[in-house]
Amino acid sequence: MTHIVQQPTSESTDSPDRGPDEEFYTWTGKARRWMLKTLPPDKLLPETQPSYVASWIYVFGMGAIASLVVLIVSGVVLGLNGPSWWHLSSFGHFINSTHLWSAEFFFLFMVVHLWGKFWMASWRGGRLLTWITGVVAFAASIGAAFTGYLVQTNFESEWISYQAKDVVNATGIGAWFNLANVGQMFMWHIVLLPLAVAAIVALHVLLVRVHGVVAPIDAADTDTQLRDAVIPELHDKADK
Amino acid sequence: MSKQLSAMSWRKGNGVAGRPWNGAKREYDLFKELTVGVIVVSLLVVAVSAIFSSPDDKSVTLKSWANSQPNDFVVTTNAELGHTSDSAGYGPPYNSTTDASQTIGALDLQSLAGVKIPIDSAKDFVIGPLSTLPNTPAAVSTWKAASSAQQTAWTDAYGKALDTAKGDPAAVASGNYGPVPAITGELLTMAKQGSLDSVLNAGGSFYNFNYTRSMLFLGDSAYFTDLATSLHLTGDQWGMINGIGYYPGQSWLWMFSLFYQIEPFKSLPNADLVIILIVAALTMVLMIVPLIPGLRDLPRLIPIHRLIWKDYYKRR
Repeated sequence: MTHIVQQPTSESTDSPDRGPDEEFYTWTGKARRWMLKTLPPDKLLPETQPSYVASWIYVFGMGAIASLVVLIVSGVVLGLNGPSWWHLSSFGHFINSTHLWSAEFFFLFMVVHLWGKFWMASWRGGRLLTWITGVVAFAASIGAAFTGYLVQTNFESEWISYQAKDVVNATGIGAWFNLANVGQMFMWHIVLLPLAVAAIVALHVLLVRVHGVVAPIDAADTDTQLRDAVIPELHDKADK
Repeated sequence: MSKQLSAMSWRKGNGVAGRPWNGAKREYDLFKELTVGVIVVSLLVVAVSAIFSSPDDKSVTLKSWANSQPNDFVVTTNAELGHTSDSAGYGPPYNSTTDASQTIGALDLQSLAGVKIPIDSAKDFVIGPLSTLPNTPAAVSTWKAASSAQQTAWTDAYGKALDTAKGDPAAVASGNYGPVPAITGELLTMAKQGSLDSVLNAGGSFYNFNYTRSMLFLGDSAYFTDLATSLHLTGDQWGMINGIGYYPGQSWLWMFSLFYQIEPFKSLPNADLVIILIVAALTMVLMIVPLIPGLRDLPRLIPIHRLIWKDYYKRR
């Protein structure tokens, strides 16, 4: 049945300020309400962070994202020029070098970030999915890098496809994921896996914004930096 | 009364970690940090690329193999013809050789997937390519007309003779090898001229994206493995994480590679299956660390977080 809705007046409705009790009829409206409630703009793009977000360890997450940007840009240049270009052009070889080294930096930053987050127990306070998406991003990145080694179209890619086939064949995956099929590996490397990594990293970052950066282990309401600012209702709730 | 949550729990709870921070704050500029990050990493990558460049060892071909090591080519071709090469007896997904797949007990994922990329080494690597020649050698017709037992007898005899002659076809003593020496010689000529590469890969069509046949044929040779060994790329040389020369490879696979260096794993007939399952299980454990009491408590027991949040704890 079709709902007839009134035209919004100049003071109502399409603003994020629309009250939470406002009735939404469409999937789109309900999705918008959920998104604005879960991740309002000031939470998505904050201008402040808790005082404890002050350590060199926080650099590595952003370093990984910055490396991913450089990795994607260099990969796009390589992809636009075709698989053999970098063997024939000195500029192409240089771009290939930037692709290799940005991948190395990406993994370096990501691994330090991961270990840092482990020792910070960053899953605390409802952040389980943030942790899991981080590990999944790491695993998907390994797949993306592996297929990159396979599509170099040189001796290294020849050898890796020969040697690594035993692992994928032993799991049965090799029947559909043929490492010596360079056309198939190109599709995985320049389309499917980059999309997967980008999507998982985006979800990971959004979850960080939703939940905020985790507080130090054993942080308590009696700490100097919290003592004067804690909302009393939270104490009441915690006592129940 | 609600159950007290562990301080290391992933659950939201009512603790400081589970609710919005209401304490002291510092200024933060996400876009500025991202911009600075991209600029710094770009400069770093450009500098390292300019200094160290990247490796690019030219690919080898059937032509380069046949020209640089013709004897090895003939020995390998005889093995393909007699179905005694690694590829011929590989099992799924290339062929259905009995008991060739890697299993753990009843778990046989390799056979479950089936023969999806069928390879008959004699037909696909040797007889098929020779049949594409404008004047198909008479030896091919003789081979095709012979029984399977006769074909096996010829290749066995020729293989033994090549062994005795240390792999040199010119030094092989006379014997009953049927058309095998002629066939291996014709294929060697075809490979030396370069036509075998295109015939094997493209199979007569203009386009090719799939190098399975060439890769398997090359992989059966001593030439290909010796090259990889000289570059420290084989599995037992940490090849998985080595790049060509001094370049770093996939160093993030260090744990995967480690299992191929240590007993009992490296000598297992099903090493690939066992090791990938162990690595998959360890990855899964890493993924669910927050759910595992003991493991998730490590960050509290080993107080590295005291260094990370040094300023916070100092001002508590």
